Amino acid sequence: MFPRLACAIAGVTLSALTSLHSLSVQAKAPVDPGALHTDALQDLFFGEALFNAYQDNYVDAIIGLDTELKQHRLLDDPERDPFRVHFGQAEFAVGDLELSYRMHREAGRAMQQVLQGNVAQPIKNEAAYRLAKIHYQKQQFANALHALELIQGRVPERVRPQEQFLRARVYMQLGRFEEAVALLEDLKGEKSLQGFVEYNLGIALLRAGETEKGVLVLDGLGRNAGSGTAAQALQDKTNLLLGNQLMKAEEFDRARKYFERVQLSGPFSDQALLGAGWVEANAGRFDRALVPWRMLKQRRATDAAVHEAMLAVPYAYGKLDVHSTAAVNYGEALDLFGEQVDVLTRSITSIREGKLLEALRRKEASQVKNWVVELRKLPGAPETHYLLDLMASNDYQEFLRNYQDLNDLYERNRDWLQSLDAFEDIIALRRNYYEPILPGLDVAFRQVDARIKMRLEQRARLAARIDNLLVNRRPELLAKSDETEARLMLAQIREILAYNPSLSSEETEDRIARLEGILNFRLSREFDDRLTTAYKNLQELDGVIAVLQETYQRYVRTRQAATHSYEGYSDQITSLRAGLNRAQRRIDQLMARQGSMLEQLAIHELDQRRAQLESYQIKARFALADSYDRANELQERREDERKVEEYREQVDQLQQAEPAVNPDGELLPTDNPPELEAPAPEAIQDAADGEGAGDA
Amino acid sequence: MRRILITLATAVLLSLSVLASAQNVSREEIRGLDEQIQDVKKDVIGLTSELNRLEEKLLFPSNTQAAFFISLAGAASSDDFSLESVEVKLGDQVVAHHLYTYREIEALQQGGVQRIHTANVQTGTHPLVVSYFGKSKSGKEYRGSASYSVEKAVGPKFVEIQIAGTQSAIHFKDW
Repeated sequence: MFPRLACAIAGVTLSALTSLHSLSVQAKAPVDPGALHTDALQDLFFGEALFNAYQDNYVDAIIGLDTELKQHRLLDDPERDPFRVHFGQAEFAVGDLELSYRMHREAGRAMQQVLQGNVAQPIKNEAAYRLAKIHYQKQQFANALHALELIQGRVPERVRPQEQFLRARVYMQLGRFEEAVALLEDLKGEKSLQGFVEYNLGIALLRAGETEKGVLVLDGLGRNAGSGTAAQALQDKTNLLLGNQLMKAEEFDRARKYFERVQLSGPFSDQALLGAGWVEANAGRFDRALVPWRMLKQRRATDAAVHEAMLAVPYAYGKLDVHSTAAVNYGEALDLFGEQVDVLTRSITSIREGKLLEALRRKEASQVKNWVVELRKLPGAPETHYLLDLMASNDYQEFLRNYQDLNDLYERNRDWLQSLDAFEDIIALRRNYYEPILPGLDVAFRQVDARIKMRLEQRARLAARIDNLLVNRRPELLAKSDETEARLMLAQIREILAYNPSLSSEETEDRIARLEGILNFRLSREFDDRLTTAYKNLQELDGVIAVLQETYQRYVRTRQAATHSYEGYSDQITSLRAGLNRAQRRIDQLMARQGSMLEQLAIHELDQRRAQLESYQIKARFALADSYDRANELQERREDERKVEEYREQVDQLQQAEPAVNPDGELLPTDNPPELEAPAPEAIQDAADGEGAGDA
Repeated sequence: MRRILITLATAVLLSLSVLASAQNVSREEIRGLDEQIQDVKKDVIGLTSELNRLEEKLLFPSNTQAAFFISLAGAASSDDFSLESVEVKLGDQVVAHHLYTYREIEALQQGGVQRIHTANVQTGTHPLVVSYFGKSKSGKEYRGSASYSVEKAVGPKFVEIQIAGTQSAIHFKDW
């Protein structure tokens, strides 16, 4: 919002006294539209950084992108990171955001890194363009040109018009107007720069000495700069520039046309009305000059053009020999100047009391439209109408925004310091909760852990045995418990018979052999099925073991998370708190210095305006006295004429009656005083010619 | 009188030049101050970055972290749809209810993504219900509501909630 406001009010500084040089730098190029745009978002966090950047939350946007860039650089296989799609764009975006956040050095370093890096030439070209932009903003025009000269071939099409436009403006600043004209001629018709190209081309032509061509270009722009508030403001500004330029060249008739084109409600209307009056006054048509000046006189009492009109109106009346009206107007001017001097004095006192900085620190300062004007409504705040010109200047804007940035950082840090306290409380709570219960849990866990390990070993043995059975067929190993019992019983019987052969008989032997045969036959016959079942059981066991292992892992993770939730933070928090406190002290000092500079500049501006008004007051007093003198003189002269006329009438009447004579026949002397001697008829005529027709 | 005005004009010019010189005198000081401000900005950005990481680690550890992001789907990214409010319900609880400012709407329309809520949830399935309200340029109102099942595993979970305003639809995407 602030740059837009600045653009709108920048033109207020224009006046008949403004030189052409200061005008050439006023038109600003629009912001590069493609710098942060993405059609296919591949990374959520890049999108989040964009969300912050689009709202001018530069700190959050820079931090977000920086973090992403750092993480991407640390990856073993960055090609698999979706952020790679935005990587190049993010690198430029960080530079752009740093530039927007008035971190020119960091932005410059970022671009220098790209220039020195092993990247494709088009990327280097874009970096060179952006570096040039940084230098231009810092008013280092030779460096800007040097950066532009690093461009080899063409820059990406997306920024090509902006690069050409920047180059032209750099040439203009360096006095190379012919080259600027050539570039700007090429850029004519470029939609994204509509109006700005023509404006700068007109200026460049004028400065290059091609006055008529320049006037022609500006005349076209002054007729139709496009629709919208910004285009209309540019159109008015162009017409005002042309009017002033032609008035300076004493081409009053041509100049009038351009002043008349300026909108009566636009930001340049006051200057245009003043200029229109001067055009007529310079041509000796004071009655016509009064029309715009009287209109201007009714406008905002804080405007410099209005102050000038307050003097210009009676001046014109004086020229028309209407001295009494002139005197009345000078009286009005004196009243207004007196009031405004008081307003300015109060405003200076208010600034000295810190009210300006207090108002600037308010959050709404950056959210309310026309906040510079609005802040005058705050109780005790200075009259900011007098500061509009100052606040519209690039330097002051930079100071203001830096001051607000510092204030924002101070508040952020203060919040973080509170958060750190809260973090410590959380950590203490967690420690108090976990530390007493963790030892008991660990003992239980170790028991469970031992059991899990044992089961895992058993499972491993079973698996090995089954694997072995595939190679060495041993059906007895897959016997069921009753079969194993039977096998053991038969073996025992055989041992008994071997120990006591008398008990043995052929029938017994046959019976034992039959039972063993049955058993072996069954085991052998069912071996494959049993082996398959054993495999299935092992697989089921694997599932159970997987659950067991997952539980085990979850416990380990939870145990670690519990420990990590309170262990190892104290050093980091201590270090961060110290860093924040250091930063707070520095910010505090810098804010004091920056604030003092803002106050000094504002007071200086108001002081100047007050001095100017006081000077106007002195002139108005003299002019008022002069007007009174002239009005009185005129009135006395008329009174004298009236008396002369009366006396003449009396003499005529006397002469028509019988003449008075003394006894010896001589005419009696009259009591006519010498000062009432009738003037010669020519003198009376001259005096009558000198009177204004409508003077009271 | 003309002489008076010429004198006044000269006075204005003189005052302007005095202002200019007053500003020039302190230009070196201004530059020095500006560089110090840039330094402190850089330091604070570094500190804030570290603080953000600490906060995330402490409050939203990766094993329980689930973050939800709002974006406008391609069709809605045009200026025609303006998002007014969004409500997010996780489980049975309303965890976020956001009313959009003009600048936030613009940022979303330009392709920005808003992190609307970060939560700590256990591994497993969690029902998510999102509803929104918005308007078109002509003033027509659009509403939409949709459900989704959030599958939380061991790692952090990120869900993008894409709002296709004029279609009264919501799309979900796991990241």
